[in-house]
Amino acid sequence: MNAPKDCQPIIEVRGLRNAFGEQVIHDDLDLMVCRGEILGVVGGSGTGKSVLLRSIIGLQTPEQGQIDVLGENMVGRSEDEAKNIRRRWGILFQNGALFSTLTVAENVEVPIREYFPFIKPPLLDEIASYKIAMGGLPPDAGPKYPSELSGGMVKRAGLARALALDPELLFLDEPTAGLDPIAAAAFDELIKSLQRRLDLTVFLITHDLDTLHAICDRVAVLADKKVIAVGTIPELLALDHPWIQEYFNGPRGRTAAQSYEEGATA
Amino acid sequence: MAEVTEQQTDQRHGSVYRVAGALTITRAATTQREIDALSDPVTIDLSDIDRMDTVGAWLVYRTVRDRGAKVIGASRDEVSLLQQVEEFDKPTRVTPDEPHNFLAVLRELGEWVAEMGSTLVGLLGFFGATLIAFANVIRRPKKFRVNAVVQRFDVVGVRALGIIGLMSFLIGIVIAQQGAVQLAQFGAEVYTINLIGRITIRELGVLMTAIMVAGRSGSAFAAQIGTMKITEEIDAMRTIGVSPVEALVLPRLMAAVLMMPLLAFWAMLTALLGGGIFVWLDLQIPPLTYIQRLQEVTPLTDLWIALIKAPVFGFIIALAGCFQGMLVQGNSEEVGSRTTTAVVQSIFLVIVLDAIFAVFFSSIGWV
Repeated sequence: MNAPKDCQPIIEVRGLRNAFGEQVIHDDLDLMVCRGEILGVVGGSGTGKSVLLRSIIGLQTPEQGQIDVLGENMVGRSEDEAKNIRRRWGILFQNGALFSTLTVAENVEVPIREYFPFIKPPLLDEIASYKIAMGGLPPDAGPKYPSELSGGMVKRAGLARALALDPELLFLDEPTAGLDPIAAAAFDELIKSLQRRLDLTVFLITHDLDTLHAICDRVAVLADKKVIAVGTIPELLALDHPWIQEYFNGPRGRTAAQSYEEGATA
Repeated sequence: MAEVTEQQTDQRHGSVYRVAGALTITRAATTQREIDALSDPVTIDLSDIDRMDTVGAWLVYRTVRDRGAKVIGASRDEVSLLQQVEEFDKPTRVTPDEPHNFLAVLRELGEWVAEMGSTLVGLLGFFGATLIAFANVIRRPKKFRVNAVVQRFDVVGVRALGIIGLMSFLIGIVIAQQGAVQLAQFGAEVYTINLIGRITIRELGVLMTAIMVAGRSGSAFAAQIGTMKITEEIDAMRTIGVSPVEALVLPRLMAAVLMMPLLAFWAMLTALLGGGIFVWLDLQIPPLTYIQRLQEVTPLTDLWIALIKAPVFGFIIALAGCFQGMLVQGNSEEVGSRTTTAVVQSIFLVIVLDAIFAVFFSSIGWV
C-alpha cells in the first residue's frame, strides 16, 4: 500500500489541511508521487481533487501541512522563488485554459518567451511547431485561435503548451473529460507515449475508468478528506472500502476492467 | 554553468562543434548563434553532453537537416531523442496569413458597413419582437411576470438612487461654480440660477441619468442575457416553451422605461440642491430666493421635455443592452465585447436622440 521501495519522491504532501470557511476539504492528507510514474487521482465529486492539485501547484495556500515538489517546499514561497520550480512543470487545466486572444502557436510560445526571452522568433516558431506536432495537432492548427478549435483540439493545444518547457512533471486535470471515447483513447495513448519518451512524471486527476486502467501506474483514492489508499488497481481492489469497491466494481468499473483485460490478452 | 564549448575550424575538414554539460533550452539562443557561425561541413560532437532536452535535440536536428551536419558521440538516449524530434518535424503553420494591402482594408470596411447595416436591421427586428411580446402580455395579462418586473425596478431604480443622486449633486455644484465664475465677469452672478435651473432640468438631469443607467443597467442587461445565452439557459427556456423575450427582455425594458423618468427627476432635484447650496454659500443668495427665482426662470415645459425624453432614453438603453446580450454566441469573451458595444451603442443613440429632441422642442416653441 505504501510507496514502492525504489520510490524517488517528486511530490510529497504531508498533513495537508484545506478549508473554505467552515467546510473542511482536506484534513491531514498525505500523498507521495514517485519519479517516472503516472499517478491517477480519483474521488467522488466534491472530494477536493482539484483543490489538491491547486494546493500542489501553489494556486491555493493550505491552512496546514507541507508540500514538496521536485525537492522544494512549495508552501509560503514567494512568487520569485516559485518561478524556478514552475518552469520545471507543465499543467493542463480542465478546460485547456488557453489564452483566448492568442493563437495556438503563440500560446505554446508564452512560457518559452517568459523564461527565455533571448530566443529569437524564428527558432521560437520552430520550437512551437514541433511542440504542436508533439501534442498531436494537425499542421494547420498553429495559427488558429482557441475559439476555432474543438474540445479535443483545445486539450491537445493545452498539452502542447504544458510541454513547452520540457517539464519533468506534468499535471493533468481531467484530460479526457468531455472527449468522445475515440478521442479520449487517443489522448490516453498520447500521454502514455509522451510519458515514456520524455521520461515524465504525471499527476493525473480523472473520472475516466478507462484512463485509469490504460495508463496509470498507481491510483490514489480521495475520500473522507484524505487519500485513503494508493496502489495499483489490483491492490486497491483487495481493500475492503465501500467507495473503492463501488467505484471499481460498479457496472461501469467492471466494463472498463473487462475491456482492458480483453485488450491486454488480444 | 560549467559548460565548455569548443569550436575548431579547419579549412579541409570543416568545423567541429563540441558541447559539454547541458544542451538544453537554457542556452538555446547561444547554441543557435554558435552553430550558425560555423562553416560547413559541420560535425557535432555530443560525447561530453550529460543532459539534452527536446530544444537541444531540435537545434542539433535542424543543423543535420539543413546543413547536412554529422553527429558523433551520441548516446542511445540522445539518438532516440533526436529521432523523436525528427518524427515531430511536420510542416506546421504558425502564423495566420494576413494580407495587408489596399484590398484587405477595403474588404474590412465593407464588412464593417455590412455588419452595421445588419445590426440596425437586427435591432429593428428585435424592437418588433418586443412589441409582439408586449401585445401577447396585454392580451393575456396572466403571463405578465410581476415579480420579475418588480425585481428589475429595484435593481435599475432603487439601487441607482445613491450613485445618481451623488453624481447629480456634484454636477449641480460644478455648474453653479463654473457659471458663477464666468457670469461674475459681467456682474451678472444672479443669472447663475437661470443657468442651473434650465440646464439641469431641460438637459443634464436626464442626460447624465441616461449615461449612468446605460453604464449601470444597460451593461448588466447585456452581460446577464449574454451569459444565459452561453450557458444555454435561453435555449432551455425556448424548449420549455417560455419566450425569452417575454421572460427576460420585457421586464428589463419596462423597468428601464418606468424608472428613467423617476431617476431623472431625482437627478434634477439633487442637482438643484447642489447648485442651491453653492449659490447660498458662495453668492450669499438665501435658499428661499433661490427657489423663488427658479420658479420664475424655469418654464414648466422644460420639465415636460425632460420627462418625455427620459422614458425614450430608458427604452433605447434597455433595448440595446438586451439586443446585444441576445447576440452573444460562442465564448465568454464575446460577453465582454457585446457588453461594451451595448453601452457604446446606447449612449450614442441617446445623444443622437437628444439632439433631435432639442431641435424638435425648440421648433414647436418650447424654448
